[in-house]
Amino acid sequence: MPDGASQLTTPADFAFAGYLARLADSHLVLGHRLSEWCGHGPVLEEDLALTNLALDCLGHATVLLRLLGQADGTGRDEDQLAYFREAVEFRNVLLVEQPNGDFARTIARVFLFAAYALPLYEQLQRSTDAALAAAATKFHPELRYHLRHAARWMLILGDGTDESHRRLQEAIDAWWPYTGELFALWPDDPALIERGLIPHPDRVRAAWEATITEVLGQARLARPVAGMHMLLGGPIGRHTETLGYLLAEMQIVARSFPGASW
Amino acid sequence: MSGAAASGEGPVWEVFVQEKAGDPHKHAGSVHAHDAEMALQHARDVYARRGQVASMWVVPHAAISASMPADNASFFDPADDKIYRLPAHYLSPASDRRR
Repeated sequence: MPDGASQLTTPADFAFAGYLARLADSHLVLGHRLSEWCGHGPVLEEDLALTNLALDCLGHATVLLRLLGQADGTGRDEDQLAYFREAVEFRNVLLVEQPNGDFARTIARVFLFAAYALPLYEQLQRSTDAALAAAATKFHPELRYHLRHAARWMLILGDGTDESHRRLQEAIDAWWPYTGELFALWPDDPALIERGLIPHPDRVRAAWEATITEVLGQARLARPVAGMHMLLGGPIGRHTETLGYLLAEMQIVARSFPGASW
Repeated sequence: MSGAAASGEGPVWEVFVQEKAGDPHKHAGSVHAHDAEMALQHARDVYARRGQVASMWVVPHAAISASMPADNASFFDPADDKIYRLPAHYLSPASDRRR
């Protein structure tokens, strides 16, 4: 039994823990991908902007992983959860683990994710879990900025040069098959919705659709065809190959020097 | 400025930061950006992440008209050798110093 487990006062809630893992791991992995831009941004200002977004994502993941360690009954802290789980134990959506690609792909992914996360956390502020509701209230203004920043770049690139427009359209087309997973209803979810812990994904999707339609229109970008086959698997631990490489880099220091501090 | 715009970084914007309501906006530095909204966002990331900020202005650098350093001698000619130009030179009728 891990240290601290005896201090738990609430029994494990595996369905809720699974949902928290989906949120926490998605923020953690997206934050790591964004941190890969550190020192490589197209201009100094955007280098800072992307790493600020990355730090926000890591902050969200830290809070959510702490909640996860309580909900799953193990008492693990955020470092144990981030650095000492294997790829199959991660529950992030597939969208966030894919390599960054060029700047257009990076921005398009932040846009698609923030347009989903903003209404999600708006509704999670009314969760019957007080700790998750408080976390959502803290995240919400930061996510509003993520969407504002990414949406502005969508306009600049989409309505910019022929090349910037082409690259951004390719980015949207490439990410589109990963967007269905954001709104998937998994077997444990109806009970969580019934308990008032999480919103129904259809309610988040409606807000996401409105944002996507507005910004794609303003940026003169075509919306990918409806009915495209959507990729599913991240929230049940079926990841793409790339997550293993990402985790190897993210976890190597903590695993080489367990308990180190600096 | 047109050279900077062509380089892909966008033109330069000067950033002015007000620390609390009522204070003057003080020059904080500059950023590159393609438009005013992105200039504000970059200014926020570079100059407002730490410390208190009540308001921020961004101004296209090209919109600023500046004096030329070479003109300083004539342009900023201090008036301190012409004491009659300074209000303190004149004594008011109520002044004790006159009597």
